[in-house]
Amino acid sequence: MSKHNEMQAVAGGGLLDRRLFLKKGLSFSALALSADVLAAELDAPRPEWAQKPGTPFSNYGHPSRYEQKTIRWTMGNAMAAGNGVSWTPLQDLEGMITPSGLHFERHHNGVPQIDPAQHKLLIHGLVNQSLVFTMEDLQRYPMTSVLCFIECGGNSNAGWQTQPIQTQVGYFHGMASCSEWTGIPLRLLLNEAQIKGRAKWLIAEGADASLMNVSLPLDKALDDCILALYQNGERIRPENGYPLRLIVPGWEGVVNVKWLRRLHLTNQPTMARNETSKYTELMPSGKARQFTFVMEAKSLITQPSFGHKLKQPGLYQISGLAWSGRGKIAKVEVSADGGKTWAEAQLQEPVLSKCFTRFRIPWQWNGQQAILKSRAIDETGYVQPERDVLVKSQGQHGYFHYNAIVSWEVASNGSISHVYA
Amino acid sequence: MFMRNLFFSLAVFVAYPVLAVENSPKLGKSAPQTLQKNWNLDIFPDGTGLPAGSGTAAQGKKVYQQYCLSCHGVDGTGDSADELAGAKHGLTDTVPDKTIGTYWPYATTIFDFTRRAMPLNAPGVLNNDQLYAVTAYLLYLNHLVKETEVINASTLPKVKMPNRDGFINSYQPKK
Ligand code: HEC
Repeated sequence: MSKHNEMQAVAGGGLLDRRLFLKKGLSFSALALSADVLAAELDAPRPEWAQKPGTPFSNYGHPSRYEQKTIRWTMGNAMAAGNGVSWTPLQDLEGMITPSGLHFERHHNGVPQIDPAQHKLLIHGLVNQSLVFTMEDLQRYPMTSVLCFIECGGNSNAGWQTQPIQTQVGYFHGMASCSEWTGIPLRLLLNEAQIKGRAKWLIAEGADASLMNVSLPLDKALDDCILALYQNGERIRPENGYPLRLIVPGWEGVVNVKWLRRLHLTNQPTMARNETSKYTELMPSGKARQFTFVMEAKSLITQPSFGHKLKQPGLYQISGLAWSGRGKIAKVEVSADGGKTWAEAQLQEPVLSKCFTRFRIPWQWNGQQAILKSRAIDETGYVQPERDVLVKSQGQHGYFHYNAIVSWEVASNGSISHVYA
Repeated sequence: MFMRNLFFSLAVFVAYPVLAVENSPKLGKSAPQTLQKNWNLDIFPDGTGLPAGSGTAAQGKKVYQQYCLSCHGVDGTGDSADELAGAKHGLTDTVPDKTIGTYWPYATTIFDFTRRAMPLNAPGVLNNDQLYAVTAYLLYLNHLVKETEVINASTLPKVKMPNRDGFINSYQPKK
């Protein structure tokens, strides 16, 4: 293929072939320009930090002091600081893994500071043998890793609002994060306790000040759930469930119980507050959907997105995240003309089941108004819906499980806003 | 290289979820009865798990004023924390009002949640009589029981919740 052909648009609004950046001999026009500007400073033989020894070793690393703006935004209750959420700053991150310190949080009553030597896990109810485990016991079990996203059922709920919220993508969709979780397959401990035939549900409870509890169908517990001790290679941090967290891949965050202390096998759900009053979706009919555990396919463009500014027309890389609670992402399509035409984005390997998948596509911005969208299609064939379609079928008061296509409008001056289009 | 290995091992996990894990060290110890009894706070819609004790809305009003009002507002109409009563709209109105009276399917959930988690600033502070009383008061504020009605382990599960049949179980087990 000649260079001329490679630069030809594959869809409206200047979207280019997704393989473009993989080819040699191409340069960003914008990059070439900025290189000229920087040249003068770099001409000095030694920059300031190369003129003296650097700082010594540290026991635990921290981000560069120039990256201090990359933080979780937190929102606590006025009367109870430990009740609320914090969001992952998706607009500042790349790749597929969320740094542990930036993993989103939803706490009902603060972060308990648990002494692992005093923490226990009780398995009881419809089992032949009720068992109790210490954290030291659990360390000896065979472990495995699951790379998966955890997304709060209430993530992206601003999307239900009549007017598009104008905020950075992390504070709109950042109650979703992705980690490597390492621990013991739950099935292993349940089998050790010997499940009775009548058991159908498992009630999981945390050791926080709300003794948070939810019901989980037993078939999922026996399928791919793990009891995680580690997150991204180190022991789970207190705000993510130290010393033990139930990981339920692909299912809404609330069932991924943190600070896990008890698993109660039963033949019925307990009908906890967090599976009746909350985490249920009120439909236009007045009925509410309950036990809607799976987080359906979602995608969003993180670069460029609200708050970023395109300095000049030219070649850009659109980058974003896609995930599905049903399995792998099969395809992500991107539109630069408000959904009239779509082009397939490149999926970055590895593409894993129930895991963040990074997608990218080159885009030649001509300096005119454009509307960027992405849509995810998962391996079951499920297609992420347009907002009007979602609202038509679910109404506007479900609050949870908002997964519509996100639209960013790029103005001719390069600024970006959130639109419903 | 790192990612390639990582990807490979994960692919194996996904394809053979059982691995060799059925061989386990079996370190679980028989759970003492007292631990099970003390920790098992689960209450079910049929009343299973409800403790002894009782209370009325008249008694619960005092509990509410002392322990709940500061966050949930006068008569449970909401403040820094959720609205619990006093719905002005139904579930199909343009702005639906989800309260205990309009939305909650089971009365037992009030007792379960309050015992676990409330008052937020001092969880665990209420005894069983106080818990029954404040539960009765929240039901009374939602016009579901009378002020003097005794609420206990046998009467609480029988309280008729208006939205009892308002939920559709949407869970479909994997085939
Ligand atoms: C310090 C403030 C505070 C106090 C005091 C307090 N609550 Fe709460 N309550 C909250 C907050 C915050 C929530 C939301 C909890 C969450 O996000 O999980 C809540 C939630 C609730 C809910 C669930 C509401 C829903 O719609 O799901 C009930 C019921 C409740 N409280 C009852 C009580 C009772 C009864 C008392 C008094 C015994 C009480 N609360 C005292 C702050 C408070």
